Parts: sequence; structure tokens; C-alpha cells
Amino acid sequence: MMTMLRRPLFWLILLLAGIFAWLPVRGNNVALREDLILVAVAIILTSNLNLMIGYTGYVNFGHIVFYGLGGYLGLYLATVRGWHLVISALVAGVLVSLVALLFGLGILRLRGAYFALATIGVLVAVQAFVANFEPWGRSTGMYVSFDSYAPLGGPRHALWTTYFLVIGVMALSLLLSLAIKSSKFGLGLFAIREDEDAAIVLGVNATVYKAIIYSVSAFLPAVAGALMFFKNGMIDPSIAFEYMLSLEGIVMLMLGGSGTVAGAALGAGLYERLRSYLLTSPRLSEFHLVIAGGLLLLVIRLAPGGLIGWLYRLIPHSREVVE
Amino acid sequence: MSGILASMIDGLLIGSVYGLAAMGLSLIWGVMDVINLTHGSMIALGMFGMYLLFAAIAGNPYVLLIPVIAAGLLLGILVYWLSVNWVVGRSQLMSLLSTFAVNMMVIGIGTAIWSTSPYNVDFSLSGITVGAYTFTGNHIAAAISALLIALLLEAFLYHTRAGKAIRAVADNRDAAELMGISSTRVLMVAFAIGIALAAASGALVSTLFPFTILSGAGYQLKSFVVTVLAGLGKPFGALVAGVLLGLLEGAVSPFIAVSWIPLIEFGLFVIVLIFFPRGIFGKATA
Repeated sequence: MMTMLRRPLFWLILLLAGIFAWLPVRGNNVALREDLILVAVAIILTSNLNLMIGYTGYVNFGHIVFYGLGGYLGLYLATVRGWHLVISALVAGVLVSLVALLFGLGILRLRGAYFALATIGVLVAVQAFVANFEPWGRSTGMYVSFDSYAPLGGPRHALWTTYFLVIGVMALSLLLSLAIKSSKFGLGLFAIREDEDAAIVLGVNATVYKAIIYSVSAFLPAVAGALMFFKNGMIDPSIAFEYMLSLEGIVMLMLGGSGTVAGAALGAGLYERLRSYLLTSPRLSEFHLVIAGGLLLLVIRLAPGGLIGWLYRLIPHSREVVE
Repeated sequence: MSGILASMIDGLLIGSVYGLAAMGLSLIWGVMDVINLTHGSMIALGMFGMYLLFAAIAGNPYVLLIPVIAAGLLLGILVYWLSVNWVVGRSQLMSLLSTFAVNMMVIGIGTAIWSTSPYNVDFSLSGITVGAYTFTGNHIAAAISALLIALLLEAFLYHTRAGKAIRAVADNRDAAELMGISSTRVLMVAFAIGIALAAASGALVSTLFPFTILSGAGYQLKSFVVTVLAGLGKPFGALVAGVLLGLLEGAVSPFIAVSWIPLIEFGLFVIVLIFFPRGIFGKATA
């Protein structure tokens, strides 16, 4: 733990979270808050996706499942059961992690590309399940009743509270990535990424490692999903499990630099701003997927290390600061 | 009871179209070890290709299959140079991501042109009535077309020099190179055929059901299920496995809502991969 305090990125993450929390408060800027919360969610999803793709070398096309399931569970607990938002979100996170562990023990027996295909299946299957699940309102979804905001001091106050909570989850996501990166566990994951058979021979219990990281990568996205869908006031299967968002997470990660903590954050932040710009621009809104796809193709072809990889080549010493 | 039988026969007919789609995926996977994530969008383009041709010419859709296949071959060559050639032989992560990037672009362009609202090809053949049940003519014609295309592919792969070269490269690329086969050209041809098969199956699906630009994704999932069921790189196994999947869907559809079917298919996919990693037609050991 003490070594964490000596790493520059640790302090940079806290500084980033502080700036995110402070900017919209100054001048009570609600529009800025709504922009920043989307950036924060993108960073949460991407940095947890990075644990699978960047650290372990396993592509997860269905990462959004965790976010959506967390949203459903959190909304259900907070509105139908009337639990406090924070407790609902945490319980949702734990439950989704357990579900992920179960799924993981099954599909992580598959290697490489087979695993990637199975994750598409997980997304489709979970969506089909939720769309048919009566207690969660099937395809019409669920709404947050107005009373549910009362424990947080009314809707206006609740929106600010969820914003700060999401910023907190964002900071935790980045710190988690940082902590795993330098741990023995993290080294085991990197070994699996480089050569799984060799890692096994050298004593890395690959099955357990993969199942744990799959489950860990589910926790914070699920918490964020619970917070975000509570904030938005509604959820249904098509917005909870938006396949495109899952795919764009991969673009963000590759853009910033997969396998690096800073790259996940940088790619997510840049891409999310680009996406918002494209979506609101009348002429380009229809083409944001085309641009995203083209960007991904360019990055993996010309700069497979992403922006951070490019920085490393430019200034080799930057590795010591930007992890 | 006979209701289930009728539903199964219909499933069998549609299953042959699944099989045709899966043959394309399986061929590419087997020959160059690339998992083609543009598959779904190429199926969707096949649907829209048929839609546009039919709207323009109003000819017989089964004749219009020929220009769709030709366009599929050209498109396949384009996609090959855009996203596949430089990832062949590199990590699967790279080929997954690069084909996936093209998929996003195609879906993006398709959504911009056609939005995501449903289209259909307004054509119907008279069906065959047996007792209380009628088998629609389109389903029968689609199954026959799929079978014909599959037979043509077999004739190509087993009885022409180019087909033999494809199989040689699939078996052992280095050895094939040493025998004087230009593997890049062979890979390009195999990829183009795979895309043409996807487009052909999409074109056939468009005569059966309404479709959107996003419809390809569902058939892509089915193709993956069928491909692993058959075992990798076994195109004709894929046709049989496709028919089996259609039969299964036909057998369960009288009992459960259609929206559950993806869940069943996915379950099947994982179970087969875990317990029969070489496919149900594969040998037990390497």
C-alpha cells in the first residue's frame, strides 16, 4: 500500500477525480455535470474492460452486460425494495460479480477467440432473459418512482449525490487497475496474456486467475450501472444492454492504449467527447459508428499501442510516470 | 403431434439457409484462422442487395441471387484488402478487432442509408399443402437454392485446381507455398467466397422474413453456433449442422416464445464448445 503512495499516477488519479468533482460545482453548472458524468462512465467501463483485454488478453465483447445487469438489480432494490441507493448499488455490484464468476467458470474454459464469441452469446442470452423476466417489466423495463429520491433529499439533491458517487467509482476503477498492475496477481494475468500455456507451466493457476479477473471487472461497472440508471429514472433491455456501447468501449481502449491505466482513461475521455460532438452535430450524427470503426481500424493498423504506446516511443522515460 | 412435425419440417427448410451462412464463416475460419466478424453485416448487405435488385428489376429472386453472389465476391475482395490481409497469421485479437471495425463501419453506413426500420421483399411462391398444413413456397425454394449453392461449392473445392489450392492452404500453408501456390491469392479467393456465401444466405433470408440492417447479428450468432457444432473449417458439416439447428428451432418453437431462442442457441454454443471442442462430427483427439 505504501508503494502506491510513491507512484505519480496514484496522485494524478486523485487529482483527476477532484477536478471532475469540483468543475461543475463551481457555478452550479448542470450541463457540464451531465457531460462529465458520461465521460466518467466511459472511463469506468473502459478501465474495467482493460482488466480483461489489456491485462489478460481476453476480448470481452459483452462487457456492457455487467453495467446493464447492475442497473436492473440496483433499480429493483432501490425502488421496489426501497433500499438506500448506496446499499442497492453495492449489493447489485456484489451480485453481478457472483453471476460473472459463475459465467466465467463456464466460458473461461474457452480460449482466445472462442471466449470472445461466447461473450457475444452472454450479452444476447442475458438480454433475452431480462426481456422475458416478469418482475423486471419484460421489454418495457422499470421506472424509478418519485418517492425513491426522498431518502437522498429530493430529486435535485439526488442528482448531485449520484454524480459524486459516480466520480468516486471512476477513481476507484482507475486505482483498482493501478493496484492490480503492480501486484503478483497482475503479473500472473500478464503472463496469461503473453503465453497461457507457459504461464500454467510456471505455476499460474490460469483458470482461477481468469475467473477472478472476469468477476472483478464486473463489480464497478455494475455499481456504476445501478447509479446511472437510478439517476436516469428508467431502464429497459435495449438501453441497458446497448451492444454498440459495449463495442465502443473496445474502440476507446485501443485508442488510448490497452494494458495501460492512463490509456484506458485517456481513450475513454477523448472518444466520449468525440462521440458527444458527433451525435449532436446534425451532419455527422448518423456517421458516428463509421468514424468509430475507421478510427479503430487505423489505430490497430498504425499504432497498436494506442496513444500511450505512441507516447512511450516518443519519450521512453514516460513509462515510469504514466503506467 | 403433426403440428410439431410440420414445424420441424419448416425448421429444416430454414435451417439449410442457416447452414449456407455458416458455410461462409466456416470456410474463412478454417482456411485462414480468421474469425470474420463482418459476417453479420455481410448477411445484412445480402438482404439489402436482394431488396434493391428486386425493387429495381422485379425479377425472380432466385435468379437475382446470381448478381448478389457476384457482388458478394467483389465486396469480399475489398474487405480482404481493407482488414484481413495484414492480420493473417497475427494474433486472433488483431483479426477480431480489424474485422469488427469494418463491421461497425458497414452497420454505420447501412443505418445512415436505410435507418433501422424493417424492409421486406414482396415475393411469394405458392406453397405445398399437406393435410392441414401448408409449407410456403419461399421456404422450399430457399432450401433448394441453399442446397444447390452448397453443391456448387463442393464441386469447386474438390474438383477444380483453385479449390484444391484452397484446401491445400487450409491444411498446411507453408507446404502449399513450397508447392508454388500463392497463398495470398488463395486466401483472398477463399475470403471472397465466404463473403459471397454470407450475402447469398442474406438474400435468401430476405425472401422469408422482414429484415433491418441490424438483422445480420442474429444470423451471425446462429452461424457461430452452427460452425462450432460442425467443427471448425468443415463447410459441409456446417450445412448439416445448420439443418440440425433449424430442426431444433422448429421442434421447440411451438412451446416457447421466439424471444427465448437466442438463450437456447447460446447455451448450445457453450455446451458444445466445452464438451465437443472439435464439433459433433470431429474426431475425439487430435
